[in-house]
Amino acid sequence: MAVKSYKASQRASDTAVYILLTVLGIVWILPLLWIILTSFRAETGSYTNYFWPKGYTLNNYANLLTQTEPFRFTKWFANTLLVSVISCAGSTFFVLCTAFVLSRLRFRMRKPIMNIILVLGMFPGFMSMIAVYYILKGLNLLSSPLVCLTLVYIAGAGLSYYIAKGFFDTIPRALDESAYLDGATKAQIFFKITLPLSKPIIVYTVLTSFIAPWVDYIFPSIICGSDYDSYTVALGMFRMLEREFIGTFYTQFAAGAVIVSIPIASLFISMQKYYVEGVTGGAVKG
Amino acid sequence: MTQAEYFVLPLHKKAAYRITSALKSGAKGVGGFFTGIPKAAVKLGRKIAQGGRELFYAFKEGDLLTKLTFVLMGAGNLFRGQVVKGLLFLAAEIAYFAYMSSFGWEYLLGLRNLGTVQRGWYFDEELGIDILRENGDNSMLILLYGILTVFVIITFAFLWHTSVMSAARAEQTVRLGKKLPKFKDDLAAMLDSGFHKTLLFLPAFGVVVFTVIPLVYMILIAFTNYDKDHQVPANLFTWIGFDNFRTMLGSGSVLAETFWGILGWTVVWAVFATFLNYILGIVLALLINKKGIKFKGFFRTLFVLAIAVPQFVSLLVMRNVLAEAGPLNVLLQETGLITSPLPFFTDTAWARVTVILVNLWIGIPHTMLITSGILMNIPDDLYEAAKIDGASPFVMFFRITMPYVIFVTTPYLITQFIGNINNFNVIYFLTGGTPATLDYYQAGKTDLLITWLYKLTVNSRDYCYASTIGILVFVICSVLSLITFRNSKSYTGEEAYQ
Repeated sequence: MAVKSYKASQRASDTAVYILLTVLGIVWILPLLWIILTSFRAETGSYTNYFWPKGYTLNNYANLLTQTEPFRFTKWFANTLLVSVISCAGSTFFVLCTAFVLSRLRFRMRKPIMNIILVLGMFPGFMSMIAVYYILKGLNLLSSPLVCLTLVYIAGAGLSYYIAKGFFDTIPRALDESAYLDGATKAQIFFKITLPLSKPIIVYTVLTSFIAPWVDYIFPSIICGSDYDSYTVALGMFRMLEREFIGTFYTQFAAGAVIVSIPIASLFISMQKYYVEGVTGGAVKG
Repeated sequence: MTQAEYFVLPLHKKAAYRITSALKSGAKGVGGFFTGIPKAAVKLGRKIAQGGRELFYAFKEGDLLTKLTFVLMGAGNLFRGQVVKGLLFLAAEIAYFAYMSSFGWEYLLGLRNLGTVQRGWYFDEELGIDILRENGDNSMLILLYGILTVFVIITFAFLWHTSVMSAARAEQTVRLGKKLPKFKDDLAAMLDSGFHKTLLFLPAFGVVVFTVIPLVYMILIAFTNYDKDHQVPANLFTWIGFDNFRTMLGSGSVLAETFWGILGWTVVWAVFATFLNYILGIVLALLINKKGIKFKGFFRTLFVLAIAVPQFVSLLVMRNVLAEAGPLNVLLQETGLITSPLPFFTDTAWARVTVILVNLWIGIPHTMLITSGILMNIPDDLYEAAKIDGASPFVMFFRITMPYVIFVTTPYLITQFIGNINNFNVIYFLTGGTPATLDYYQAGKTDLLITWLYKLTVNSRDYCYASTIGILVFVICSVLSLITFRNSKSYTGEEAYQ
């Protein structure tokens, strides 16, 4: 009897949880569903007083991908892809170098360097963007904003070494020590022992630095100025929603949002495990 | 006090203990911030003194070649057979003096007053007419290149020290009758004993050029009057000491009113955004991880989608859904629930609640994602024992789950709090700081310090105020993290994990 009522109450609470989760799930997914529906909506204009579109079309996608005036989405997409591929290669290299040095090697300046990075991280990230702008101007690079973006993303990469360092810290030092005994140099240890063991963190670093240019709005908004052709997707799509464009371009914005979100979201979901470990500093093992 | 001692205390003593320990760590954090700067300065001074001592002994005990190195860098290496190394030092010295004489010296002197010659019309006494001066001083460039020159000088001083030390070492090696390392050996050492320098060189160079120099520049700007009335190149700006801080932190001016108003809202926002997200996120994680619930992976992915989609997409969508003529308002009006649109972004109180609620949409899945793993690590027997004692799920949540999770995630909570103080995206994409108000200078009622900083920089070009805010945000954030970070395991017990 007792067992049965326990089971029954268990089932009742399970059902309640299912209902709650489903309702919450709908609330959470509704805005995303709405943007997907909007991207297929045949009627233009920004707002509609109904949820399901009256007509469906692929024209929003077709227009977005083919038009050149005033916005060239394909160009923005290519820009962002180019910046993110190059900066991802450079950033990953910088991050791995910094993390390895601060995790595995011992030298006089190690603690001071880590403290300096910590202090630098406390300042609001874009407080100094105007100075960066003038430095790039001084280097005569402002005429090619994409080079500027790539350069700045790579240059700052060393500062986000912390997660990779946490990973390197978990590789047993005994491995290094036995290699030293066999006469290996520190470079050999880095390239032949540490790196081959670090696939997960390399993947994580590659993915995060690949995603960064896609979602960064602030820095491109400072660098790119009014030259639409050098925009990245984040900046360009923000522009699409400005007052003079929103009426015409809202459905195309939705199409663009879907195109950009699918790869970025799937990358994020595929690496969420590492993301969790990174955010919690490895304190939590899932 | 041990954990067991704490647990047997009566409730009011527990609370008192909590409050005093919070105050203590708060005081420690503030103290740590203000003692941290002089401590670092003393440390740096000691390092420099040590370098000076080394140079002194190198000069006193070195032979002629080593002494010559003091004026002619690389001499000690060059004439003892380390040709390439010696030439490299020499080249560095030549480059340095070429830079200083052609460019650096002038800007270094300019740092004193950031330029004196203003562009524009001026009265020429000799000719008795107004003359247009087209090439005035550019205070901004003087400051920027002046800082650059200071960095060049520091680098050179370091190289100079290295070259003297290298000469002294070479002398020592020769005296002991050993063979001097060839350039080839030096290169090989770059991959071994000096490998940290090799690996760190490029990343450090990037950080110095694109992070440290700009940051020093912006920090110094906070002590000038570089606002919208002193724009280069038409005008000059100059040092004004702590005046910006006095204006900002004082009272009476519209700037001070804006600052205190925005600071208050920033704190309220950060508290709500952090703790609501945290608690509700844990509840969601508990629901999904409840025993007997199927499709865990599906539900998790469903919620994680909200954070996986780029924020400029999801937040801009939210802004449109909630706009005055947006779908939600239209829908509610159609169904007759309301007669006029709800002022989601146009009324101060509504807008503030709206941003906090929309932030839940992003923040709850985030906490859920982070805490899921922790929840699964809580030992089952704790719950079973509690159940046998007749505890309700409510009691178990507050007595078992929360203490356990809070214990593990305190550092995460603090990073989230700091992250929310600096949460640019949610505010900028969602409201852009609206509703606008005349009480504030260049800011709206939902602006955070960080978005105000952005607006001051981009819209009104009041760089000196923007920098002042940046420094104040820095102070707030570092005090907060000193309170917790210093005590956390990851700081004190780093080696224990290896």
